[in-house]
Amino acid sequence: MSRYRIPGMGRVDPAKPVSFTFDGKPYTGLRGDTVASALLSHGVHLMGRSFKYHRPRGPVTAGSEEPNALIGTSRGPGRFEPNTRATVQELREGLQAESQNKFPSLKFDIGAVNDRAYMLFSAGFYYKTFMWPRSFWDKVYEPFIRAAAGLGKSPTEVDPDTYAHRNLHTDVLVVGGGAAGIQAALVAAKSGARVVLVDENPEMGGSLLSDPAVRIDGRGSWAWLAEQLSQLRAAGVTLMTRTTAIGYYHQNFVGLVERVTDHLDQPPSGAPRERMWHVRAGQVILAQGALEKPLVFDGNDRPGVMLAGAAQTYLNRYGVKVGDNAAVVTSHDSAWYAAFDLVDAGARVSAIADTRDHVRTDLVDAARKRGIEVLTSHTATATYGRLRVKAVRVNPVRHGQVGAGRKIACDVLLISGGWTPSLHLFSHTKGSLSWDAESRTFLPNHKTEACQIAGAGRGLWGYGPALEDGARAGLAAVEALGRTSEPLAARVEGDRPGTGAIQTELPTDRSAGKAKAFVDYQNDVTAKDIRLAVREGMRSIEHVKRYTTNGMATDQGKMSNINGLMIAADALGKEPPQVGLTTFRPPYTPTSFGAFAGYHKGATFELTRKTPIDPWAEANGAVFEPVSLWRRAWYFPKGTEDMHAAVARECRATRASAGMFDASTLGKIEVAGPDATEFMNRMYTNPWTKLAPGRCRYGLLLGEDGFIRDDGVIGRLSQDLFHVTTTTGGAARVLNMMEDYLQTEWPDLNVWLTSTTEQWATVAVNGPNARKVIAPLVEGLDLSDETFPHMSVAECTVAGLPARLFRISFTGELGFEINVPSRHGLALWKAIHQAGQPYDICPYGTETMHVLRAEKGYIIVGQDTDGTVTPQDAGLDWAVGKAKKDFVGKRSLQRPDIVAPNRKQLVGLLTEDGTKLEEGAQIVLDPNQTLPMTMAGHVTSSYDSTALGRPIAMAVITGGHGRMGETVHIPMPNGTVKATITSTNFYDPEGERLKA
Amino acid sequence: MLLIHCPYCDETLPEAEFAYAGEAHISRPADPMALSDEEWRDFLFIRTNARGPHYERWRHIHGCGRFFNALRDTVSDRFLTTYKAGEERPAEAKLEAAE
Amino acid sequence: MQRFSAMSLLKNALSGHKNWREQWPDSQPKAEYDVVIVGAGGHGLGAAYYLAKEHGITNVAVIDKGWLGGGNTGRNTTIIRSNYLYDESARLYDHALDLWENLSQELNYNVMYSKRGVMMLAHNVHDVQSFQRHIHANRLNGVDNRWLSKEEAKAFCPPLNISPDARYPVMGAALQMRAGTARHDAVAWGYARAAAARGVDIIQNCPVIAIRRGPDGAVQGVDTAKGFIKAKKVAVSAAGHTSVVMDSAGVRMPLESFPLQALVSEPVKPIFPCVVMSNTVHAYISQSDKGELVIGSGTDQYTSYSQRGGLPLIEHTVAAICEVFPIFNRMRMLRKWGGIVDVTPDRSAIVGKTPVKGLYVNCGWGTGGFKATPGAAHTLAWTVAKDEPHPINAPFTLERFTTGRLIDEAAAAAVAH
Repeated sequence: MSRYRIPGMGRVDPAKPVSFTFDGKPYTGLRGDTVASALLSHGVHLMGRSFKYHRPRGPVTAGSEEPNALIGTSRGPGRFEPNTRATVQELREGLQAESQNKFPSLKFDIGAVNDRAYMLFSAGFYYKTFMWPRSFWDKVYEPFIRAAAGLGKSPTEVDPDTYAHRNLHTDVLVVGGGAAGIQAALVAAKSGARVVLVDENPEMGGSLLSDPAVRIDGRGSWAWLAEQLSQLRAAGVTLMTRTTAIGYYHQNFVGLVERVTDHLDQPPSGAPRERMWHVRAGQVILAQGALEKPLVFDGNDRPGVMLAGAAQTYLNRYGVKVGDNAAVVTSHDSAWYAAFDLVDAGARVSAIADTRDHVRTDLVDAARKRGIEVLTSHTATATYGRLRVKAVRVNPVRHGQVGAGRKIACDVLLISGGWTPSLHLFSHTKGSLSWDAESRTFLPNHKTEACQIAGAGRGLWGYGPALEDGARAGLAAVEALGRTSEPLAARVEGDRPGTGAIQTELPTDRSAGKAKAFVDYQNDVTAKDIRLAVREGMRSIEHVKRYTTNGMATDQGKMSNINGLMIAADALGKEPPQVGLTTFRPPYTPTSFGAFAGYHKGATFELTRKTPIDPWAEANGAVFEPVSLWRRAWYFPKGTEDMHAAVARECRATRASAGMFDASTLGKIEVAGPDATEFMNRMYTNPWTKLAPGRCRYGLLLGEDGFIRDDGVIGRLSQDLFHVTTTTGGAARVLNMMEDYLQTEWPDLNVWLTSTTEQWATVAVNGPNARKVIAPLVEGLDLSDETFPHMSVAECTVAGLPARLFRISFTGELGFEINVPSRHGLALWKAIHQAGQPYDICPYGTETMHVLRAEKGYIIVGQDTDGTVTPQDAGLDWAVGKAKKDFVGKRSLQRPDIVAPNRKQLVGLLTEDGTKLEEGAQIVLDPNQTLPMTMAGHVTSSYDSTALGRPIAMAVITGGHGRMGETVHIPMPNGTVKATITSTNFYDPEGERLKA
Repeated sequence: MLLIHCPYCDETLPEAEFAYAGEAHISRPADPMALSDEEWRDFLFIRTNARGPHYERWRHIHGCGRFFNALRDTVSDRFLTTYKAGEERPAEAKLEAAE
Repeated sequence: MQRFSAMSLLKNALSGHKNWREQWPDSQPKAEYDVVIVGAGGHGLGAAYYLAKEHGITNVAVIDKGWLGGGNTGRNTTIIRSNYLYDESARLYDHALDLWENLSQELNYNVMYSKRGVMMLAHNVHDVQSFQRHIHANRLNGVDNRWLSKEEAKAFCPPLNISPDARYPVMGAALQMRAGTARHDAVAWGYARAAAARGVDIIQNCPVIAIRRGPDGAVQGVDTAKGFIKAKKVAVSAAGHTSVVMDSAGVRMPLESFPLQALVSEPVKPIFPCVVMSNTVHAYISQSDKGELVIGSGTDQYTSYSQRGGLPLIEHTVAAICEVFPIFNRMRMLRKWGGIVDVTPDRSAIVGKTPVKGLYVNCGWGTGGFKATPGAAHTLAWTVAKDEPHPINAPFTLERFTTGRLIDEAAAAAVAH
């Protein structure tokens, strides 16, 4: 048994030792310990160093609000995490813990030199210096500051663990498994409602776990607790421990994070490390209790200085005596009880110094009976000791005057500045707080969500009131849900409610400027810093916080916000509510990134859409590219071919004989109904009335702002049915836009819209031999140019599959696009590939598709247009139905800037020296300008054209359509390239090949 | 994540099923070509951007697919009501009184 | 103004820091000012400073409904860059960058402008095309921006995952070396202090009820919670609340206000040397001097003034960060917060005159307002002082929404096809 463990006390299991290491040194604790309680059982208080001054620090709390005892924890490769709270991390076999922010060692840390230069590092000092010489900021000052900052080290390896996300719907969610929360859950459950009770600790009970002496309904509190929990289970309440409610969002949406494996010796394989629960609750009951505040005085941060309530928890819950010889400085009754518990467990408490003039006589008597010296009207003015407190200096205060100090030897100093309700989750909802002048605390006031607040969380102290209020809250919650339940009464004996005085920093007889009275332990913010901030004009608590960093440490102000506010308010001579309380923000406690990311990592970061033909492409060595959510075959290299060689081969093969392309990703929408033509006329720029069934037309879609949004070939299958194709990335947008107009602007039109993108697999066959390739597979259709000319569509059978066959071309070659039901896509592809073998048919990918279309000057929306391009700009004026009275975007084409001369227009570019231009390269008319140059446009597409034996490019250029044949200049880093403006139709301008 | 009542499905469902679609009751003019540039700008771009009750459109995109209207308080993000497209806009005052 | 320096810090340290004076007084409104600026963020305070310093107009009040710097100035991810595509944008943001470089010295307040480089990741062919277009345009505009291969990107930012097996593999990156971050609060405080030293009144906790116009339509002043304040010129620089303020003057705006969230991790020792942005996966990250990873999220889909924002967006943002930087999976989020960003239809700002005589507006900065702070403030001051556009803010008019002469940075980034 370790030196400070008290046999027979606590909820740890003495029969189950657990070994772990701290800074490489082996220790043994017990099952049920936290790292902090186990180290304390060996008398180790020094667990960390502070942020700025590198002051030695030990745990000041026993819970998730801990600012000091932060450690690095690891369990093998990739499983290291910094800044773990030793007061929360449960002991597990083999746990490796290390201290942080120290060099070379925790006991001797060079960074502690900062502590000596304390006077220089006042609040906001960095705003006032490091400005000269200017260049030193980047090279000297900032690197120095950065290296000094930070706490632990970042992980450097990829995390092998998984994280889960789950949804949970419940009638009532109770946050906090203490006395109030348990009663609330029980009352709620008795109504028949679904109830979930969560608590961040490994077991339910809250402060009851630290208070075994109190008796409820005639039983010891732990027995009562066990009975209530079994009742809750029996009532079907879901009990979730190690589960933190991290954030309270709109309409009772609460995020919970459950820590699943960090406490286990051997996590079961496949178990997620943590699980994020998305809870939607009918009613939320916040029973989060209250947090104890430190007292602010010089040296209140030394290892061994600890909240009285924490010492009580270590004693009663973990069976650990935090020291042999304690002293107490308090302004609240609760610390007296902690002292009594320590004495009763065999420790010595030499003195209780209380800041108040009057303390309840029963407390004073009880203290004296235990041999504790009682010092009322006292302040603490210093502590002594380097790595562990050795003594505290206390002074009497009479009529505001601080008298002579006296040293009291101690190896732990218990402090208490009273308690403040835990308002965090309530604040997430933007609920308002009210200032209770009597108790001098903030309490929840106006609620914005369907929630109840119970117990100490709304300023009720003691188990009696907490139990009663919990029952009330449970009843209120279910009644709000239209249910009924029975109130629940409990009889409490030995309750130890207390009162206290609220303090700023404690009065001192020493120079206030020299006092290191810490408000925010971790960030080393002192009372003096807060007063300095106020002196410098920081009048709101938000300014004080940001100027001093008070409340911005990893405890997020749980220890420091109220003390900081009291001091700032005092400095300003205002009441605290006039200075304000900084907003508490999610998460309640620091939460793993992995828990937020959940399943969204690696291959499942976002879903990957694949076509039915994708497996063939993969098997045949395709290189893929991501296009919106799709992965598309980019090119099909053979042997050692690089992309350039593969694309050149694919282009040659297609123009020479035949190529095949998986076009399944193209968006497809069926526009059907008696008013389909009218709808199409209103949506697209083109006229549709005269398009005969069985014919196709290139369609252009604008936004209402007149700029090109999408395009695609549209086939008319019958009088009232259009098969619309869209760009791959535009499919969902276009359908949404169509639905918007149809539903909200033109509900009179009798039209149905159906996305058929995933219903059809599409194979494009292009090349002079395209017809020969597919003809043997086609039934029920004469493919001759006469009966099925370019821009035709028909339903037929291809390779025995029902098909919609288009004769269209995005390459300038004779082309067909065959749509078959998706489940047959792969079969169709294979059949065509087979049929094409006599013609050396070449499967090609998106890159070849891009080259072939560029050779013909066909645009790609999003590449050759960028959302600022009109049909006229793109040279697509011919696609605009001028006679139509209206269509989406038409009015915008009349706006002054749209009809102004010298808009950027899409043209072709051929370089004079035959170099291939870079896509995105900028074009100037005068190459001899100095920077900044006046740019006339940019290259939108650029490829090596095998068909033309030279590179080609498309570009938008100011007034481009009027500049045919002119020379423009493309200044590149290594010299200016000259190019001639041409038509974009580079290859077969007469379009003879389409008619093949 | 907001909870939204779809007036077509008559169900209250999580925001993930819905797509926001901007301010409501901005009708496309019957004859855009008759509008001045300023009037057309107002239709295209000018928005109330209300701080408080805001008439707005949502689409139940992963449900019935219908566009509908809502009155939502942009300060609290609370929905005061939702109603079908084409219905009269409900009065704010009445809904707030009903709160 | 009490001068800040290493010497003054040392001197004050020796006297127990008792002699520091307030950095700006807590002013109460006078009856009349030459100029009233609505909104005491970096933009508004900066405009007041430049009005006083460069135009000799010191009878200026900056009024705010809350505390100065309490809006988006104090709620952003502090990224500063100027590698925008369009000439108009590049000039404006580069003008700001020029001012950023000397701002600490100019204001005698260390705003910690840190030129650590901003790297934008390309994850697909479309990104590559888009970034190349930016780089070439920036080069000819004299704006620093260059292309990095994915290996160079990894060398510049070692935590980066460049595995080809990633869902969105990194194909390369655009790097602006001159770009970086600054300490956001210090910008507001530095401008406030310097403006106040030149006679500007900073009036906090004073909500504007309405902008008052005279019978001739011209601005007469503002009605506030502290009474009427007379002014012939009023400049509105109220970010997310601009629509509401402008509406009181009868000017309806092409703006929508969206919640924008950001978050920080627990602080760790230096691990992340630069700023990285990825538009494709929606992730923006840097590491503060304090050691926290500072991470920006996208906007929620609906307009809101609640400063809340939802959990799913945060989950997506963190997932995106872990996708690009998988070593951060076990880091912990410390806090997240929300701001309200005012967004224009073309995602570019509006800076300049309005149809109302004496009324000026600076708004629509969307998610990019912080980086523009000195540039926006500087040119706004010019426009207010001279009642005419500054050559740099001239394209950013309200009229462009009538003429169609948009500066469409969002469209220019286009979309995957």
